[in-house]
Amino acid sequence: MKHITSYAHIKHRRLTANGSLIFDGSSSGSLPEFLTDAYRAQGMSYPKYHKMDTLCKLGMLCMEAAVKESGMLTEYPLDKIAIVLANAASSMDTDRVHQASISDKAAYFPSPAVFVYTLPNIVIGEIAIKYKITGENAFFVSECFDAGLLLNYLEALFHGETQAAVCGWVEADGDAAEAFIFLVEKSNKSSNFKPLNQEAITELYNQ
Amino acid sequence: MVFTSYSNIISPLGFTSQENYQAIRAGKTGVQNMVLPFSKEPFCVASIGEAEFEKQISKVRGASAHTRLEALSILSIGDVLAQSGIDPADRRTLLIYSTTKGNIDILEGRYPSIPSERAYLPAFAKHLQDYFKFAHTPVVVSNACISGLLAVIIAKRFIEQGTYDNVIVCGGDILSEFTISGFKSFNAMSAEPSRPFDANRTGINLGEAVATLLVTNKKELSAPYHTEIVSGASANDANHISGPSRTGEGLLQALQNTLKDQSTEDVGFISAHGTATPFNDEMESIAFERAGLSGIPLNSLKGYYGHTLGAAGVLETALSLEAMKHQELVRSEGYAAKGVSGNIRVIESHQPKSYSAFIKTASGFGGCNAAALFRRTINHIDR
Amino acid sequence: MDALIEKLKGQIIEQLNLAEVKPEEINPDSPLFGEGLGLDSIDALELIVLLEKHYGIKIEDPKDGKTIFQSVRTMAEYIKSQGKS
Repeated sequence: MKHITSYAHIKHRRLTANGSLIFDGSSSGSLPEFLTDAYRAQGMSYPKYHKMDTLCKLGMLCMEAAVKESGMLTEYPLDKIAIVLANAASSMDTDRVHQASISDKAAYFPSPAVFVYTLPNIVIGEIAIKYKITGENAFFVSECFDAGLLLNYLEALFHGETQAAVCGWVEADGDAAEAFIFLVEKSNKSSNFKPLNQEAITELYNQ
Repeated sequence: MVFTSYSNIISPLGFTSQENYQAIRAGKTGVQNMVLPFSKEPFCVASIGEAEFEKQISKVRGASAHTRLEALSILSIGDVLAQSGIDPADRRTLLIYSTTKGNIDILEGRYPSIPSERAYLPAFAKHLQDYFKFAHTPVVVSNACISGLLAVIIAKRFIEQGTYDNVIVCGGDILSEFTISGFKSFNAMSAEPSRPFDANRTGINLGEAVATLLVTNKKELSAPYHTEIVSGASANDANHISGPSRTGEGLLQALQNTLKDQSTEDVGFISAHGTATPFNDEMESIAFERAGLSGIPLNSLKGYYGHTLGAAGVLETALSLEAMKHQELVRSEGYAAKGVSGNIRVIESHQPKSYSAFIKTASGFGGCNAAALFRRTINHIDR
Repeated sequence: MDALIEKLKGQIIEQLNLAEVKPEEINPDSPLFGEGLGLDSIDALELIVLLEKHYGIKIEDPKDGKTIFQSVRTMAEYIKSQGKS
């Protein structure tokens, strides 16, 4: 029996974990300010964070919030934890920045530190590095949050080596910024957690 | 069992898998020095020639309504549908599209009459769905340079789970100023045809290609290659977003999970990722040695096609299936002298060989790695 | 030279997004790579972009970066030697 054991959201510039508010930046400030303030509010100390693009920052903030209230990282071998994420805009937010850096021939300064973020799965890589998770990876791109697709793929992974998973939706496109991360564990312990199914994923996403 | 079925490769070397294989057998390469529309300086790339492109897309319905990648994808998917007789409207059939950048050239303002929304991957995929009338919304996989191989593995997993009977896996990426300028800023581009695993390798060539492979549980559709997708896995280095692990951790883990409980005695070759950057090839050689695969001959196809990004895993799998069907090993183009520390055996000439399995691997930005094992289901040789 | 070093510190912090580092925390003679600022291979390439963008200096062979980017002072000396400060 697989369960969803923890989850976190960033929606309307509010960061919440398992339904509790962690940081509220909804009434003031820009998106970059929110991303910095929410990082500080969580007491994170990870200087690399500031080098990341919006997509990765959203993923890191949500992951930190979700994993803080979970024992997943110590209860499962890190090579048996999968990371499966999805969004609609891929890396479009950073694609535009890179495109702008090459559109003026007189000021042609493509930056490697920008270009590397023009792949959506870099957020998986950043999470993997920070939490030393080395299991299965997949990044899907779909028009809107697709609980069925994620559930299908998680079920397939749990048939193999995977024993736990970081899963969710991380979207950055201009001012639109949203993230939802949930942790799934395959364990035989009796549990008060929600069993993994499409209704549960959808319900949590819509919270 | 999950089988590989019909395939197609569209590249500078041809518009079918067979054409591509024959071109490689004849010693051709798609990589050349050329001046691209957006730059005065020449780049060493593998580009599909304009004349051939125009000729081929005249076969596509409403050609001007599609971007370059859409038109090439329609040709490639269309070829596999025609060969296999699969009905895209069948509810048991899915399209998985693998790409890193999709219609990225829309951002360059190349298509005034095409809605800019199609720069978004879901809209791109929807365009292909509408063209062929696929029953399901295509699944898009965008996982850097392992996208193609990962898409093949995902196809197998979905079929085993019972969700679908047939999955059409299409991988594609075009040459664009976007990717060329980016890789150049990384100082990763070679000014000459790339030399995977060679002592004098200096970096990658970028290439464009679209490749399609039908993955199915229907034995009667396995006739083209009589080959099963035995196993596959992905893993992350958890080391650096652009630099591979120095010790090949992630690739080793992907190989170990793929080869768990599997004999490698009948494995004829490894189709490696082999981008020809100093660090990548070094990392791969270490991972192969650590996985105990030093004795198995190995090639990289990047010397023929350049790095085709989201297409690479599908293209290189299809080409390797052709090689196994012909019971041949394909030379690793660009290789002359070993330039990696891991113990590997690079294939230096085309040659006949009896074997019934091969391993395909891929590695990419974000620390991702993937591996898969393909094995023949019959023993007769159809050379 | 000191003014150039101070200017470079600010530019490095900005170009490399070292949000938690203050200019006075950067010792101009300390190694930029390895311990200390925690810079990596992407940062090395970004420093090349910095020199081109702010000083019009093109480094064709990134291997030259090894000596140029040893410390903020060696960077400043290199810029001076190119007559670009």
